[in-house]
Amino acid sequence: KSYTSSRKYSGSRKLVTLIPGDGIGPEISAAVQQICDAAEAPVDWDPVDVTPEKGPDGKFRLPQKIFDSMKKTKVGLKGPLETPIGKGHQSLNLALRKAFNLYANVRPCKSIEGYQTPYTNVNLVTIRENTEGEYSGIEHLIVDGVVQSIKLITEPASLRVAEYAFQYARDNKRKTVTAVHKANIMRMSDGLFLKCCRQIAEKNKDIQFREMYLDTLCLNMVLDPTEFDVLVMPNLYGDILSDLCAGLVGGLGVTPSGNIGEDGAIFESVHGTAPDIAGLDKANPTALLLSTVMMLRYMGLGDHARRIETAALQTIKEGKVLTGDLGGKAKCSEFTQEICRKVKELN
Amino acid sequence: SDHKFAKYGGRNTVTLLTGDGVGPELLGHVQQIFRYAGAPVDFEEVEINADNADAETVRNALLSVRRNGVALKGNVETRLDTTRSINVLLRTELNLFASIVWCKSLPGVTAKHKNIDIVLIRENTEGEYSNLEHENVPGVIQSLKIITEKKSTQIARYAFEFAKKHGRKKVTAVHKANIMKLGDGLFLNCCRNVAKEYPDIKFNDMIVDNASMQMVSKPQQFDVMVLPNLYGNILSSIATGIVGGPGVVAGQNLGKNFAVFEQGSRSSGRNLKGKNVANPTGMLLAACDMLDYLGIYKHATLIRESVMAVLCERMVHTPDLGGKATTSDVIQAIVEELKPRTT
Ligand SMILES: Nc1ncnc2c1ncn2[C@@H]1O[C@H](COP(=O)(O)OP(=O)(O)OP(=O)(O)O)[C@@H](O)[C@H]1O
Ligand SMILES: Nc1ncnc2c1ncn2[C@@H]1O[C@H](COP(=O)(O)OP(=O)(O)OP(=O)(O)O)[C@@H](O)[C@H]1O
Ligand SMILES: [Mg+2]
Ligand SMILES: [Mg+2]
Repeated sequence: KSYTSSRKYSGSRKLVTLIPGDGIGPEISAAVQQICDAAEAPVDWDPVDVTPEKGPDGKFRLPQKIFDSMKKTKVGLKGPLETPIGKGHQSLNLALRKAFNLYANVRPCKSIEGYQTPYTNVNLVTIRENTEGEYSGIEHLIVDGVVQSIKLITEPASLRVAEYAFQYARDNKRKTVTAVHKANIMRMSDGLFLKCCRQIAEKNKDIQFREMYLDTLCLNMVLDPTEFDVLVMPNLYGDILSDLCAGLVGGLGVTPSGNIGEDGAIFESVHGTAPDIAGLDKANPTALLLSTVMMLRYMGLGDHARRIETAALQTIKEGKVLTGDLGGKAKCSEFTQEICRKVKELN
Repeated sequence: SDHKFAKYGGRNTVTLLTGDGVGPELLGHVQQIFRYAGAPVDFEEVEINADNADAETVRNALLSVRRNGVALKGNVETRLDTTRSINVLLRTELNLFASIVWCKSLPGVTAKHKNIDIVLIRENTEGEYSNLEHENVPGVIQSLKIITEKKSTQIARYAFEFAKKHGRKKVTAVHKANIMKLGDGLFLNCCRNVAKEYPDIKFNDMIVDNASMQMVSKPQQFDVMVLPNLYGNILSSIATGIVGGPGVVAGQNLGKNFAVFEQGSRSSGRNLKGKNVANPTGMLLAACDMLDYLGIYKHATLIRESVMAVLCERMVHTPDLGGKATTSDVIQAIVEELKPRTT
């Protein structure tokens, strides 16, 4: 059984829930739709606005439509969402994650030819446990001036994400899974996470297994990122390391992300809404596009994924038509057209 | 300062905690260099390592540091089957509340980024390192992270005082207060409150994941950073990596009464043990910081300048820096640099 790319779609067209998002979200979502059309990807979009609605109890929650749509499609693509500060309601990302049991966050970080950073030939994937750990939200003020925050590590969640990591490695022809932990300090909690990873490693002998302390990993990551392949870790370490690794290849503007769950999957760009350039046709759609590539692979549409990825990376490599953040002068629409043109050549 | 150091006949006595991996050999080289430089320091060696860390050894180690006030230390490997980290135990028992790792670009050392000069000041005794964990029901573990106003304010004040004393311009507090609203929120608030007392020093804050990304994309933006324990561990590891690695960075653990100096990365380098390839620079620079702390500035400067001359001008580099030199080659070169300076 393979649940990292389970859905083998036959000839029929498939519906995908689209959450265009806020700020630059609508522009980059439109770009992605055009490129998918150019690639003749057999997907139709079900656009959903997720602006929270006030319920009868006065609390804000996600509109029912997103749940209905996702229940139907099982696959979503999401642009950046604005998180209103201090408004007391749950973060939308959290709500989506809970509603669809999105337990693993997956972020491939691959050096992009033509987009120079001090780090070359990076090609790794971070897999982050997404449901517990330091993000349990349980905190207490014990006495004045003393706070305890609870980190929760459970066996089922650790086993589940470890299993996913090995499956992902196999499905994507990767060789090594490294578990990242700090069990020298957090003996029991990280110890349990590590134990679960070891247990799953035993059942997946075709994939190499390594374990590394968080600090050693950080050190080695910046000294030589090419030594890493698939990384699996608890929530907080995953949060930090996925951003660190994104930084190695050029930042959030070019790194894709997928949230994999038991009841579906949502792929997203993890950069912000960039309100400063919203509506100006200046945004770079690469991160959302590469997330779409991940999504197409997940849906079993590997050929379409490959064509889009090749066209996008080729466009960046040539360096003739680039958006401002990539060091060029092109508009989002021009960058998009160039990718569409290349995709059609590859069809 | 109000420190009381063990001093006999004008010489200071310093505890040597040997540690695992390359700890003992590097500390041996430090002693050798001190002798050549004529540093007025005597060492009191306590053999402490993963195989030798019973209650009595730990008690002796603590006794010695308490008596002498100062220690130079190799890292004690923490095995997963022992009760708890000896390194953490020493830090908490001696209340070494501040860890300082100064990461500065070194001319002549190839590194991924240039012009870096970051001082990471880390809370060293609480947070995720509180050692409070329970198994609630089988398969469910809760681990407590403790953040207190007292220690957060203490480390924030330390960071601003450090910035003031060293003429630094900015202090950045690193946190995850958007998720850990109470715990990291308290840390951030304490930093903000202390910042108000230092209007001449700029203050900003950054979420830890963003800070990690910035560290590998625009590290030059950072000046002094103040961090809770675990984030300090993460960011000082990244910062160490981008200026050349664990072999070249020194670390200090400071409290009100005691101080322990060690390699900034706090790694034992087990894979290098006995091979004569470890880079002695980080440990030697830590030893120089220790001399400064004791007020033995002349010898600190003498040794530091010699170490830097070998590293940055003569470029005698061990394999971690892409060189072919052995540890002994580096030490030999430092001795040669010392000679004309001492006569
Ligand atoms: N896809 C993109 N294309 C081009 N520039 C981008 C993109 N995403 C972010 N940026 C740039 O990066 C900067 C940071 O933007 P980002 O939206 O992540 O943070 P923000 O402005 O704080 O928004 P938010 O609060 O929604 O996270 C912006 O100034 C923007 O110019
Ligand atoms: N003085 C040094 N010179 C060169 N490399 C070093 C030095 N000290 C540590 N290292 C290297 O830094 C890396 C990081 O150390 P790491 O924490 O992985 O190992 P360790 O310290 O041996 O293990 P542990 O922390 O579990 O005791 C290792 O590859 C180690 O060889
Ligand atoms: Mg993040
Ligand atoms: Mg270590």
